[in-house]
Amino acid sequence: MTVLLRTDGVHKAYGGVHALDTCTVEVEEGSVAGLIGPNGSGKTTLFNVITGYAKADAGHVYLAGSNITNVSPDKVFALGIGRTFQLTRIFASLTVLENMLVASPNGRAAARRRAMDQLDFVGIAGHHAELAGTLSYGQRKLLELAYVLVADPAVILLDEPAGGVNLSLVNHIADRIRELNAAGKTFLIVEHNMEFVMGLCDRVTVLDSGTVVASGPPGIIRTDRRVLNAYLGEDLGPEQPAEDE
Amino acid sequence: MDTMSRQRAATGLALVALAVVAIVFPVVFSSPVVTNYAVYALIFIAVVTAWNMFSGFSGYISLGQAVFFGSGAYAVGIAAKAWHINGVGVFALLPLAAAVGAVIAVPFGLVALRVRRHTFIVVTIAVFFIFQLMAFNLNSFTGGTIGMSAPFLPWTPTAFNDRFYYITLACAVAAVVIAVLVRRSRFGLQLRAIKDDEDRARGLGVRAMRVKLAAFVLSATITGLVGGVWFLYLTQVLPQSGFDPLFDLSLVLMAFLGGLGTISGPIIGALLIEPGQLYLTIRYTNGYLSEILLGALFLLIVIFLPRGIVPTVGEWLRRLRTRGRPAVAPVQTSTRAETRA
Repeated sequence: MTVLLRTDGVHKAYGGVHALDTCTVEVEEGSVAGLIGPNGSGKTTLFNVITGYAKADAGHVYLAGSNITNVSPDKVFALGIGRTFQLTRIFASLTVLENMLVASPNGRAAARRRAMDQLDFVGIAGHHAELAGTLSYGQRKLLELAYVLVADPAVILLDEPAGGVNLSLVNHIADRIRELNAAGKTFLIVEHNMEFVMGLCDRVTVLDSGTVVASGPPGIIRTDRRVLNAYLGEDLGPEQPAEDE
Repeated sequence: MDTMSRQRAATGLALVALAVVAIVFPVVFSSPVVTNYAVYALIFIAVVTAWNMFSGFSGYISLGQAVFFGSGAYAVGIAAKAWHINGVGVFALLPLAAAVGAVIAVPFGLVALRVRRHTFIVVTIAVFFIFQLMAFNLNSFTGGTIGMSAPFLPWTPTAFNDRFYYITLACAVAAVVIAVLVRRSRFGLQLRAIKDDEDRARGLGVRAMRVKLAAFVLSATITGLVGGVWFLYLTQVLPQSGFDPLFDLSLVLMAFLGGLGTISGPIIGALLIEPGQLYLTIRYTNGYLSEILLGALFLLIVIFLPRGIVPTVGEWLRRLRTRGRPAVAPVQTSTRAETRA
């Protein structure tokens, strides 16, 4: 498989704090990649650097071989990387459908059709005329996923998609990701829910203090000593079937 | 006829009625005293609508709109004087007033729109005072403290007011139509997204700087043109009247009272505030009563009606309609098949 998204030796510091230190991560085309690590390990900072929300001090970001380091967020999105945020960021004073149309590159009729299709896909089409600010937290997570899909990005970065939502919604989100992945979409997912990550991802990269400490299939990562050390003995979830490895 | 069609028909009828009232107003109320109030109200409807098109939609509260208004007024005065234009031919200079507003807005916007919130407001105030000081001090260009006088228009007082009534009505209608078109467009949607969360909008492909600047220039263009009309109506512009800090505060008050970011809100605000302000200014010339009441009204609005009349009344009506139903629908996570079923 070819590498679609790659960060190469990315370094990012905030004052004296090294949020990322020579961080190299690869995401293969058509895969679901996971990015885990303790709080403050640099996962969201890496997302911010990839999507142009933070500038890398050193290193590079490549999308399909093209250097997109420190490109502005709107251009990163146009190049084919969509992302969601740890705490949902929707346009509260716009309707759900209007939220979808902000990201739409198409003409009015085609955009509305595609937006409704995506809302239907995530299961909130019935709320299209409501103000997005009235949605529940779980519905906001789904809306974020839907409006990222509108522009048909090559890679989708999800920052804690299962964070703060109930189990049935977690399964619903996981099912949608699997369906999209089966249709060829590439994902990079930051998540603390280990069951979610281990059950969904083809490959998991572990960050600690801004540095990659391990990378590989979930079955190997689960037993890696460096990973266990990084998590200070945190439980990485139950064993998964052998096909994960 | 379904509910939507009924609503559209009612809106259409209301607009026709409003148009008839607006057209026959000077015929019914022919006194120049009354039409003077109407002309000022229409001038402010046009300008506050233009202001709202940028500040109301994007959330960037500008206190520098007088820069474009005063510059439009001065542009007409300076050009008429330099090119010796007299009589009704002076109206041909109004596109110049609009162009001057637009040209000033480009560098102004490129500087001011790099910052947000309070900093943006401070920058717009700073630019405003730069322009006011230039009007005071560039004597050979602006006439300094004496200001500029407009060419004489050979109309009787009644005809003068009536004709300006229709000119300002045309400006107000054009501004409102443009605002409606902007709000309904993808451009307007992007402005409103910027108001909610600019960084998130950028992450969804919105070229925020370009969108903000376009709205800023559009708003300045309309304001510059209306500034030119105001100058011809008042027949004089002085630095303190063309570049009046109370002008910007009035615009903000009108928009906040009616409903920031809505179409009808700023119009209602202008219709309520401008005639009242004008009456108090004329009635109590040296009392500064209108300024005191303006400040007090601002406080009352911010405390008791922070969203403005239109959104608040809309919310009351919505509550009446949805009484008994939950405000937030329960989580629905149906699959596509379930949703279609």
